[in-house]
Amino acid sequence: MKILVAVKRVVDYAVKIRVKPDKSGVETTNVKMSMNPFCEIALEEALRIKESGRASEVVAVSVGPAQCADTLRTGLAMGADRAIHVECPGTLYPLSVAKIFKALVDAEKPGLLLLGKQAIDDDCNQTGQMIAGLLKWPQGTFASKVVLDEGNKVATVDREVDGGLETLSLDLPAVITTDLRLNQPRYATLPNIMKAKSKVIKKLTLQDLNVEIRSDLEVVQVTEPPKRQAGVVLSSVDELIDRLKNEARVI
Amino acid sequence: MKYFTAATRLLRHSSNRRSNLQLLSSIRPSSSGHSYTSLRSYEKFMQDDCFHRKIMVKNSLRGSGVGILNCLAKFGSDGIRTHRRNLASTTSIPERNKSFATINSDDISYFNKVLGGRGVVQDEEKLDDANTDWMRKYKGSSKLMLQPRTTQEVSQILDYCNSRCLAVVPQGGNTSLVGGSIPVYDEVIINIGSMNNILSFDKVSGILVCEAGCILENLMSFLDNEGYIMPLDLGAKGSCQIGGNISTNAGGLRLIRYGSLHGSVLGLEVVLANGTVLDMLGTLRKDNTGYDLKHLFIGSEGSLGIVTKVSILTPPKLPSVNLAFLACEDYLSCQKILVEAKTKLGEILSAFEFLDINAMDLVLTQLDGLRDPLPSSKHNFYVLIETTGSMESHDKEKLEAFLAQAIESGLLTDGVVAQDINQASSFWRIREGVPEALLKAGATYKYDLSLPPEKMYNLVEEMRQRLGTAANVVAYGHLGDGNLHLNISTKQYDDNILAKIEPFVYEWTSKQRGSISAEHGIGLMKANKLHYSNSAETVQVMAAIKKVLDPSGILNPYKVLPNSVLSQS
Repeated sequence: MKILVAVKRVVDYAVKIRVKPDKSGVETTNVKMSMNPFCEIALEEALRIKESGRASEVVAVSVGPAQCADTLRTGLAMGADRAIHVECPGTLYPLSVAKIFKALVDAEKPGLLLLGKQAIDDDCNQTGQMIAGLLKWPQGTFASKVVLDEGNKVATVDREVDGGLETLSLDLPAVITTDLRLNQPRYATLPNIMKAKSKVIKKLTLQDLNVEIRSDLEVVQVTEPPKRQAGVVLSSVDELIDRLKNEARVI
Repeated sequence: MKYFTAATRLLRHSSNRRSNLQLLSSIRPSSSGHSYTSLRSYEKFMQDDCFHRKIMVKNSLRGSGVGILNCLAKFGSDGIRTHRRNLASTTSIPERNKSFATINSDDISYFNKVLGGRGVVQDEEKLDDANTDWMRKYKGSSKLMLQPRTTQEVSQILDYCNSRCLAVVPQGGNTSLVGGSIPVYDEVIINIGSMNNILSFDKVSGILVCEAGCILENLMSFLDNEGYIMPLDLGAKGSCQIGGNISTNAGGLRLIRYGSLHGSVLGLEVVLANGTVLDMLGTLRKDNTGYDLKHLFIGSEGSLGIVTKVSILTPPKLPSVNLAFLACEDYLSCQKILVEAKTKLGEILSAFEFLDINAMDLVLTQLDGLRDPLPSSKHNFYVLIETTGSMESHDKEKLEAFLAQAIESGLLTDGVVAQDINQASSFWRIREGVPEALLKAGATYKYDLSLPPEKMYNLVEEMRQRLGTAANVVAYGHLGDGNLHLNISTKQYDDNILAKIEPFVYEWTSKQRGSISAEHGIGLMKANKLHYSNSAETVQVMAAIKKVLDPSGILNPYKVLPNSVLSQS
């Protein structure tokens, strides 16, 4: 069985984000970029499935500008067999990415598609679900445990939901998006980094996939959230009640 | 070399007016030279194990030399607070200098006047903290801590203390590893922590001017916003203050790239023992006008003056940082890797650290939340290499080429490269966590030595032979600078073990013309050991300079210079 893993190049989780002075977006020049942490977890899960003998090949896929190749190299260094880079400049929204993946899945025919539950730059949490919708595949999102059966026909997925854990049984092929507690991603070891140099990154364009994307969304402005105000020490309970009533308007 | 030893005695409750007398301290048994057998009789009368004793030195006892009892109250692994006496080194602490006065109520009112009623601390709990060092090895018995907010206040305090002959201890973050930042007896603690303002920052030149009480990590965050970094980085960054860093000429993880503080500090404002304010707070990169006095204060550990303001050159923050955690079979490979790294990585190399297998094991067992980056097998040595440069693609190429060659030539057996900042932080936490892990493991005999890189590990192996199974010899450090942190970890402090370590370690180092303190400083712990790394004439000149700048000897007494030399001049 072939597993396709979607990875996204995002601003590193530990970087302090700054908004561009013209408020058009977030500062990304000269800022450390890395693989989205949830995508790392997805890739780790795919590698574990392969190591347990259930999958024959793990393919890392990324959609975006030329620098996505770096992220794919990291994926290859972790242990993916090959990578696909769909070159596509400009901002991409989940629906566009979903359409691209539909075309890719039709071409590659994987048995399982793994994604991170959301990207830490836009926090959309939509791509996996949209792909499943377009493909009409079952989906198990926010996975905290994935178990495949003997014949790779059914996946049992524990989902982290608001009320606790929900267990679903999915017929493969399916889309699974990974949550934080699924696993702890491995480090890229030197031997694997060296091996990754000879692994293939196939480049595709939108024309190759016969996909047309247009966005119905336009970012108008990006601003920082309002700064937290310092607390105020009040002198009496009466003043507290007065403030709660008249200023905060909560009573 | 004459040793001052303390006599065994129980201090009796006296009719002294300072009767907030706590319990009495017992001192180490008297011994002549290096006799450690008296440990047994001492143990006998220390019946109650869970007795936490405070030290009180009675200066009213005339003619009685009283040494410090290095009391160590620690939490054992079962959580019960057990009391252990610490004999962490053969530091023979001199008697309390009789020429120093003691605090009286007039002094307190004067200080209250100078500090405007705030910053005069006599509260027991706060003093308890300020009296104890980070390693929990030493404990002073100061009754007063002052927290000035301006240079003027520091100047007035010192002027007064000098005229009254009151000894003082300058204190910053109190993270000294050699007992340099706590009182030995009842010296007044002058804590600079309240002077923590950033005064100016020039975005073009990168020159930062700030007060000495600024915490290093806060300065790092401030500079991060401006696109710069501090030229030094050490594990204690969350607590240590820049004034203290400068007074100890702190080294740290990035010395290999940014050099020592003697190079990056452009100016200082220092208050001398008599209250004179020396304004040497230049912000010039080049200034050859007369004797460059600030270098005297950098590394003098507060014994020549109190640093109040600092002007430091900060390097720009470069975007591309890579970190590799590598494994080597033997020490020789570690050295060869260092040479390779310096030539192949060259200008982008920014840190080169090593840990041996004992250090690694200790960290992984004692600290939570850390995982072994190379779990597949046990390795004898681990090396951490960091590169910092301006272009991600170039640096990655350089690093990968260097690593590929190192693996091919068999210098490395395994390694991982951090793929994002979180992974890099976890690698650093392993290296930076060793001191903390040692603290948790029990008692540590800590040595910080500069040795020729080829010989460095020989000392570790000899030490292991000498100690056998009695103790865990842990080695790690700044291999790139030839700086070994040798730590001998035991469950409790034990004279027998100490006898096997000292003076062997110092003599070994001296024979190699190494330094008995690469970056930690002398403090209290090594005050009598200066001769191992300095000629007698050199130490004489040091004493002469001390006499000029601090004739009454009130600044951080009993530290840095050996008592014997000071009492001569």
